[in-house]
Amino acid sequence: MTATQDAPSEQLEIGRDRRRKEDQRLITGRTRWTDNITLPGMLHLAMVRSPFAHAKITSIDTEEAKKAPNVVTVVTGKDLGEEQGSLPNAWPITPDQVAPAHPPVAIDRATFAGEIVAVVVARSAAEARDAAELVDVDYEELPAALDLKEAANDTTLAHPDLGTNKSAKWVFDSGDAGTGGNVDEAIQKARDGDGIVIEREFRQQRLIPAFMEPRSTVVDPTGEQITMWSATQIPHILRFLLAAVLGVSESKVRVIAPDVGGGFGGKLQTTPEEFITMVMARRLGKPIKFTETRSESMMAAHHGRDQWQKLTLSAEKDGTVTGFKVELTADLGSHVSLIGGGVPVLGAFMFNAIYKFPAYHFSVQTVLTNKAWTDAYRGAGRPEATFGIERMMTELAAELGVDPLEIREKNWIKHEEFPFTTVAGLEYDSGNYEAATAKAKENFGYDELRAEQQQRRESNDPVQLGIGVSTFTEMCGLAPSRVLGSLDYGAGGWEHATVRMLATGKVEVITGASAHGQGHETAFSQIVADRLGVPFEDVEVLHGDTMVAPKGLDTYGSRSLVVGGEALVRAADKVIEKAKPIAAHLLEASPDDIEFKAGRFGVRGTDQGLAMAEVALATFAAHNLPDGVEPSLDSDATYDPVNFNYPHGTHLCAMEVDTETGAVKMRKYTCVDDIGNVINPLIVAGQVHGGLVQGIAQALWEEAVYDDNGTLVSASFVDYLVPTAADTISFDIDHTTTPALTNTLGTKGVGEAGTIASTPAVVNAVVDAIRKFGVNDVRMPCTPERVWKAIHHSGGGEPTTEAAKPHFDPASGDEGTADRTDGASE
Amino acid sequence: MTRIEVTVDGAKVSDEVEPRMLLVQYLREKLGKTGTVIGCDTSNCGACTVHLDGRSVKSCNVLAVQADGHEVTTIEGLAQDGELHPMQAAFHECHALQCGFCTPGMVMQSIDLLNDNPKPDEQQIRQGLEGNLCRCTGYHNIVRAVQTASGQEVNK
Ligand code: FES
Ligand code: FES
Repeated sequence: MTATQDAPSEQLEIGRDRRRKEDQRLITGRTRWTDNITLPGMLHLAMVRSPFAHAKITSIDTEEAKKAPNVVTVVTGKDLGEEQGSLPNAWPITPDQVAPAHPPVAIDRATFAGEIVAVVVARSAAEARDAAELVDVDYEELPAALDLKEAANDTTLAHPDLGTNKSAKWVFDSGDAGTGGNVDEAIQKARDGDGIVIEREFRQQRLIPAFMEPRSTVVDPTGEQITMWSATQIPHILRFLLAAVLGVSESKVRVIAPDVGGGFGGKLQTTPEEFITMVMARRLGKPIKFTETRSESMMAAHHGRDQWQKLTLSAEKDGTVTGFKVELTADLGSHVSLIGGGVPVLGAFMFNAIYKFPAYHFSVQTVLTNKAWTDAYRGAGRPEATFGIERMMTELAAELGVDPLEIREKNWIKHEEFPFTTVAGLEYDSGNYEAATAKAKENFGYDELRAEQQQRRESNDPVQLGIGVSTFTEMCGLAPSRVLGSLDYGAGGWEHATVRMLATGKVEVITGASAHGQGHETAFSQIVADRLGVPFEDVEVLHGDTMVAPKGLDTYGSRSLVVGGEALVRAADKVIEKAKPIAAHLLEASPDDIEFKAGRFGVRGTDQGLAMAEVALATFAAHNLPDGVEPSLDSDATYDPVNFNYPHGTHLCAMEVDTETGAVKMRKYTCVDDIGNVINPLIVAGQVHGGLVQGIAQALWEEAVYDDNGTLVSASFVDYLVPTAADTISFDIDHTTTPALTNTLGTKGVGEAGTIASTPAVVNAVVDAIRKFGVNDVRMPCTPERVWKAIHHSGGGEPTTEAAKPHFDPASGDEGTADRTDGASE
Repeated sequence: MTRIEVTVDGAKVSDEVEPRMLLVQYLREKLGKTGTVIGCDTSNCGACTVHLDGRSVKSCNVLAVQADGHEVTTIEGLAQDGELHPMQAAFHECHALQCGFCTPGMVMQSIDLLNDNPKPDEQQIRQGLEGNLCRCTGYHNIVRAVQTASGQEVNK
């Protein structure tokens, strides 16, 4: 055989703005949402949920509900007993972590408003809901632990039988770890000498992930294998945990995550609803569906953030930081969720951000309360950390009266210092903070906006301008397994891929990284098309079904591309290696003389060659293969990276603050992100836009608020302010490219970057606008009321041109801080 | 039960429905038109937006019986002979969707927006989409898609 086919075009797919393959079905309504699934004889579930934050369940009368039309059965936690198992907690961060048992249906005590206390099964969802109203539950209300700080003191117990609300304390100290000096000494030295100490207390309010597709689960127990469809980010982890907890063989459970309508960490969970649907389907031997309402979702799907941060930063008078001490109290809610206990620990590695801190101490106390449980939410631990440090660096600059970018430059790791081992013990492989910052400054028009700010300050303009800076980095690509293991995380972080050359010359790609909007089908096709030299259109990416993709660790923590993408590269390379001897044999050449380029196996020094598709067909036919060669061009790879990777960026934000009303308005947002090599710039830009809005929303609008009784008062889109198109602006985004050195593709994750970086940029801008009134903090979300109060508490309502007074003295440190009126939510 | 006759995506259908049945339930559960989705229970998210006699409505806010004698168009009725509607094409071109859950409602609302105002400026587009929530895209590209569909120059 000689070459008959033209080599495919040499134009590389990687780096191209490819329109997404997945759009066609999504745009035309031919989607596969879990709630679309209807099976013959399917039953429906409705949940009866506790209206109380903490209550003893004295009795449950299900008789009336059972008599309602088309009700099949009604069960309580007692009825289910052991059969329902206990929801898994996969990240016990310390050996003595305190964690209550977590039955999916509460048995004798409800521990947050929204917890499931009984389950109705009926022939239709409407009938199940109607009957749920007839379930008569007698509660005896118990005192509820609601305020995080009070709960940390065990004032009221969320679980009286545990005797404490304190779940675990996790500590990192650079002195003990040998990565730096002793923080207390550094702080003392600054206090005693003529250094500076900045102390602040920040609140990371509770947020709701608010994915647009409510969670939904369908279980079909008929046949040999139990099949679960679920709107989940983690089909593989879910399959494993369902099997482990319910005592079913893993091979008998198939989990399918079809099209999933957003997650943001909110669907990185094994939910009570999934366990209950599975248990009831097995009990009744019938397919069952449960789809939550939006208000159920807001009450009972996990929440994010919710920390108090006590931060102490010491520096020399010239702005060189000498030490940073972080003391966190983190609200876990009523139970330790799947990885919720470990979320603040992820932050431990990021509080030092891009800086060379000589001494660092981190501690977190996790606390149980009678609220919905918390877990990963876009960025998980890293937004909280970035907020803390980026606010502190800005406060340090303000204290010294220098530009916030200048103080950063003074302390950051210089371009030529990479690779760099941080005080938190991570090795950053690459980065260039100088380049990203220079570009961002220019794109933003930094100097002009600073001039305008000055002019507005001087003229006492009622609308003041603030400029916020955030130079962030994060650790993403969640893996390496060994590191996760050293932090007591229950699983690894590898990812699996299969690449199959089909007889037609098409390529079937299977990935364990299952998407929920990120565009894997497109980006992964681009990678494989380049690697194998086949057309983009010829690659088909399959995912999200444990029968099709039996191995995987799913999608979270910006790991799909950097871990899953690298697994694909390796699997594709193995296919090429397998094909080489076959091509050599067909071309009657020595394997050593075969070179593979742009989809073609050529014989060195000749024009003889074969296209990949031709080798694939010949392998399939298997008529003429070298002796002992397997007639297959399938390969698998399981990749476990050696390191995280570290995207970074400089985000700049201009906010206008109306000092008469407290209203804030975004004027401009510019960011320059560095995520190494970019596979698809279009997709990356989309991820950045979406991430920015989520981070801005934390700064300005969103907060899960509980009242004094522990009722979630922001349990709908009326009260929980997810921003609309009218609330937001168009963004100015750009990037620099410093390739990652730890993966072949040179890429870094981007999914969480916008969210992590934008929250501090916005709050820094709001504070900057009104600092002249002596304000040094505004608590999030920066509502007009809080901003107005911040201005008027410390400035007596009279605008002044005086520079903000020093605030590092603890006695005056709280002066500019807005009082919270909704104390119960703390 | 009440008998209704509705034209849905060009086909006349006749059904017995419960008076309390919502139009979105009728479309999804009775007609299998699952392209239209439900994102909230407070008429805030706009995921369920369809056209009723050519004007956008939130189908979770309309009873099936109210559609009696009227014409309903859903996302599934937009593409003709395999050709995407220009608004669908613009959403694809501008990467105005990620998970795609809000997309059917966004597309339907955007079409209605241009019916009213064929050349809206950015602020008018943002105002016009205020009733539709998207959690993924940050709206930036959705605004660009509407500009593109209206034949206007689009800044990146
Ligand atoms: S489902 Fe109709 S507006 Fe949300
Ligand atoms: S694309 Fe996911 S909600 Fe809009």
